[in-house]
Amino acid sequence: MQISSAVLKKDEKAIFGLRELYQKYGYSQFKMSKFEPYDLYVRNKDFLISENVITFTDAGGRLMALKPDVTLSIIKNTPDAPEFVQKVYYNENVYRTGADGTYKEIMQLGLECIGQVDAYCISEVLMLAAESLAFISEDFVLDISHMGIVSPLLDEAGASPAARTEILKCIGEKNAHGVAAACAAEGLDSTKLCALVTTYGAAADVLPKLDVIRTEGNAAAMDELSLVLKTLEKCGFGDRIRIDFSVICDMNYYNGFVFRGFIQGLAAGILSGGQYDTLMARMGKKAGAIGFALYLDMLEQLSPETPDYDVDTVLLYDEGADMRALTETIGLLTANGKRVMAQRSVPEKIRYRQLLKLQERGVEILENNA
Amino acid sequence: MLNVALPKGRLGEKVYEMFEKAGFACPSIREAGRKLIFENPECGVRYFWVKPSDVAIYVERGAADVGVAGKDILLEYEPDVYELLDLDIGKCRMAVAAMRDFRDDPRRTLRVATKFTNITKNYYASRGRDIDIIHLNGSIEIAPILGLSDVIADIVETGSTLKENNLEVIETIVPISARLIANKAGFKFKSAQIEALTAAMGRNGGEK
Repeated sequence: MQISSAVLKKDEKAIFGLRELYQKYGYSQFKMSKFEPYDLYVRNKDFLISENVITFTDAGGRLMALKPDVTLSIIKNTPDAPEFVQKVYYNENVYRTGADGTYKEIMQLGLECIGQVDAYCISEVLMLAAESLAFISEDFVLDISHMGIVSPLLDEAGASPAARTEILKCIGEKNAHGVAAACAAEGLDSTKLCALVTTYGAAADVLPKLDVIRTEGNAAAMDELSLVLKTLEKCGFGDRIRIDFSVICDMNYYNGFVFRGFIQGLAAGILSGGQYDTLMARMGKKAGAIGFALYLDMLEQLSPETPDYDVDTVLLYDEGADMRALTETIGLLTANGKRVMAQRSVPEKIRYRQLLKLQERGVEILENNA
Repeated sequence: MLNVALPKGRLGEKVYEMFEKAGFACPSIREAGRKLIFENPECGVRYFWVKPSDVAIYVERGAADVGVAGKDILLEYEPDVYELLDLDIGKCRMAVAAMRDFRDDPRRTLRVATKFTNITKNYYASRGRDIDIIHLNGSIEIAPILGLSDVIADIVETGSTLKENNLEVIETIVPISARLIANKAGFKFKSAQIEALTAAMGRNGGEK
């Protein structure tokens, strides 16, 4: 049986399309259990988007959790093999607590590259992130930052841990006045940190301007950013790939490239990713890693594809109708590509193109709306 | 079309003037009436009046691309938005106030009445002080008078309401002013317009 793309919802289309895309680049599907021992999340609580994990006690008395995140499970279950790269993608539901305290099931699709992550791997993951966004909508933006550029600037400025947290928050808000105020409070030079906030835009425009924030400490990261973005230029995404240092991720987990993807019509980023070697090290792994996740539940917020009609035909039949004639008529209509609903009387709130009635002498057209 | 959420009230009118000076005029907004949405297709702008504490919600959820909200609201609700500019208007401070004869006993849990529970919680947590928060929606000043709380944490503009109720500021938590905020995703797709607006409002800042 062939599946028509017309019956698929936006998120279902994305799942099928993107799975094909990831498989094309050698990524294999990673399946995992819905449950993990709660302990896994307690040790890495800040890595989770939502702190509240849904827990229960299993038959053996262990405290288990409905998985709120996929990356931690993948790291835990992937053998540590730093000499090559393991490429996996996943399509899983995660369970989180919303801001209003209610439980939410979220459909997440993403990929992870674990092992010897080099500039090519990073470029490939970023290219796949951009391709994923482009698959959903041509009108997308992928913002890329590098924690190896941001972090040394904070170190070199000599910010205290409290000021560091405040400055990072302000960088994430594009809040240059806040950065200046936080620096002034500790007598720090804010020039380069403010420049981080105001330096953003299409990669081709911004790369030549990055010298204003280049220091000895971030030179290597700067060169890596430049190399990867120049590689991406060849993929033809043009100004949709942007440098934006306001993409900030927790430095206890992320170390290198961090990125976020946006789609016109959605109020928040739909894709989030980064390089998380620090998290790998915290979990006792020697390998490096980079990956991203797409929050497909957000696609519901895009203008809905409401069909004009719920069904093509409503076929009415009487109590004593000939079942064989009814089945044959429905078979004939569905074979012609019609969506048919058999009913004894006209259902309420159903929009149909045609209303038919099965009579002894044949099929009678009662109403034609199209 | 740039969607702008303006805070209803005196501050909102002042803010609109800043948008007008920045080249985003919409004359119909000055007409008397109960209309809440105003549009000027020539300037590519649509304004709507909303409750000041709701501006951040409209912007965070993308119903508005930009808006103007007090720093108190941003600190209290911590919306995921860009804070592009300090407009330097609507200036006041978030402060702790108590009855004039109040003497703090650090051995006791401090009872704090406030509308701003998040700001208050963060402030006292940073000082390691154990507090009991009493969330009230208005007339906060009465709480210490009636013995409901030891102190209050509230917005203080001139301090005259406090004075009339025999209260005084004992600590300033944070200075407050109006900020230009933007939806993060909206900023990506309307960056030229939002940047032009921010730059013009920043330039005109001194003329207020």
